[in-house]
Amino acid sequence: MPAPIYQGERLEVVKVRERFPSAVLKVKEFRGDTFICVTRESLRAVCEFLRDDPDLEYKMFSECTCVDYSAWEHERDLTERFEVIYNLFSLKYFSRIFVKVGAEDGVPIPTMTTVWPGAEYPEREVWDLYGVVFEGHPKLERFLLPDDWVGFPLRKDVPLGGEDVDFAQNTKGPAVEDISMPHAGESFEGKTGSEDVSGR
Amino acid sequence: MSTQDLEFMPSTDTVFERTGENTIVINMGPQHPSTHGVLRVILELEGETIVNLECVIGYLHTGMEKEGEYQQYLKCVTMTDRMDYLSANNNNLAYALAAEKLLGVEVPPRGQALRVILCELSRIASHCVWLGTHALDLGAMTPFFWIFREREKILDMFEMFSGVRMMPSWIVPGGLRGDMPEEFEGKLRDFIKEFIPALAEVEGLLVKNPIWVERTRDVGVISPEFALALGLSGPITRASGIPWDLRKSNPYSGYENYDFAIPVGKNGDVYDRFLVRIAEMKESIKILQQAIDGLPEGPWSSDDRKIVPPPREELDTSMESLIHHFKLWTEGFHPPVGEVYHAIEGPKGELGWYIVSDGSNCPYRWHVRPSSFMNLQALKPMCIGRMIADVVAVIGSIDIVLGEIDR
Repeated sequence: MPAPIYQGERLEVVKVRERFPSAVLKVKEFRGDTFICVTRESLRAVCEFLRDDPDLEYKMFSECTCVDYSAWEHERDLTERFEVIYNLFSLKYFSRIFVKVGAEDGVPIPTMTTVWPGAEYPEREVWDLYGVVFEGHPKLERFLLPDDWVGFPLRKDVPLGGEDVDFAQNTKGPAVEDISMPHAGESFEGKTGSEDVSGR
Repeated sequence: MSTQDLEFMPSTDTVFERTGENTIVINMGPQHPSTHGVLRVILELEGETIVNLECVIGYLHTGMEKEGEYQQYLKCVTMTDRMDYLSANNNNLAYALAAEKLLGVEVPPRGQALRVILCELSRIASHCVWLGTHALDLGAMTPFFWIFREREKILDMFEMFSGVRMMPSWIVPGGLRGDMPEEFEGKLRDFIKEFIPALAEVEGLLVKNPIWVERTRDVGVISPEFALALGLSGPITRASGIPWDLRKSNPYSGYENYDFAIPVGKNGDVYDRFLVRIAEMKESIKILQQAIDGLPEGPWSSDDRKIVPPPREELDTSMESLIHHFKLWTEGFHPPVGEVYHAIEGPKGELGWYIVSDGSNCPYRWHVRPSSFMNLQALKPMCIGRMIADVVAVIGSIDIVLGEIDR
């Protein structure tokens, strides 16, 4: 059963626009998915509205993820560096909606754990890999990465490869031929490397 | 990084704060057989009762989402198998459908039916592993051997199809890598005939077994509303009484043409999840029977030469095909700029792929919505207030795969 459409727009979009006229920055339709871009201040109110409105009932929190747009060369939906995408599902019409919010490096955005408890793990993962801070999150600590990790590897300015390997400190780093001919996107800047090719 | 930094060893204190006074903290995993891989659970106990619990994950993190941003669309496929390695075909399909949505490609009916066959076989294989290990965790060894015998037949069929037992990578954006081999049909029909009695044997060992019922009934109960708010999906929500299956509600790959039921539980406990998965396997067999009976003739892949490589014969005669072949394997294809999400009903729940394309031949962002990762959140609310022995039963019933959780 598809989500109802009013005057060419999804019901969710019409309702959110009507209730929060200044909150909606942009609405994007692409390949049947609807993305609602909202301001950081109104995020929680919009999400609570989507969850509680009897016509929408977005009671299922599917997931949230993040994209770092610092290397993006095309038109953007939002101006901030990161876009956090909340993926919500309604069992009323079996429809899906995406709520997007922009986040700058170091500027916190409100956590959605108070709206859906399921936001805890994915938000923590987003913090772990992107460094987007969620204000009010119960446990923003390293999750997928080791506790002593420095940096946020999914950011676009972190190159692929070239990480120091724990068990081969300064003795079996990236070999010289790897440094001179890195794969696409790899960088060994600042890495010493070694002549030793055994044991890798 | 100096050698001093390497001496850092995370202790339980760094991630865990006690809540009680006279409690004991127990570390379960990551090398515990019933945590199904490398899940580490820190338990805080008062006597035998769990007062708090924390999951520590990441021991298997290999940065696949980062790697995906540096791989061409067709080359990403092999990584998807290695996430949920127990149901590789479903992962392939979720990614392929997301990529096809981005490209706007349609797969012909035969390709769709073969995809359904592969995915349903995968679902049964995944549930077989779940059933075997779940029973093994609770002390029943026979089901493990009996059901793995059945799983072995499925893996043999995958090998027949693709040459690989567990990581076929046979479903790719645009269709399949090849057609069904001739001997496959007979093998599948035999399997369909033999599986239901074999499953009934294993089921008979457990379903009315007083020890099994005692250990699973009313353990790890979760209410439907809370399950949805936690982002749970798949058999867990269905066992809690929500008749939601993405194959029915948002059909893909022609699932709307098959006649099958959605098994739903009542209590949302470990026992109901067990019953739901058993019933799901039987429904999968129904789908397999319909799919193989009504398997249409025709091509199994899209004929868009920009996405699907031309057949080998054409390369000798057609210059254009040779160019397509070369371009496809060296450069890949360039989808339009945009972002898509497509979800399928995997064996463990909603399994979705989110792809952002910047128009180049590699994804700008390549993200999986892992069902086990979200389902793992249920462990804490299911276990608190229960006995320590119930943790094993609950972990088994959530059916986690750490390859998917850590990625």
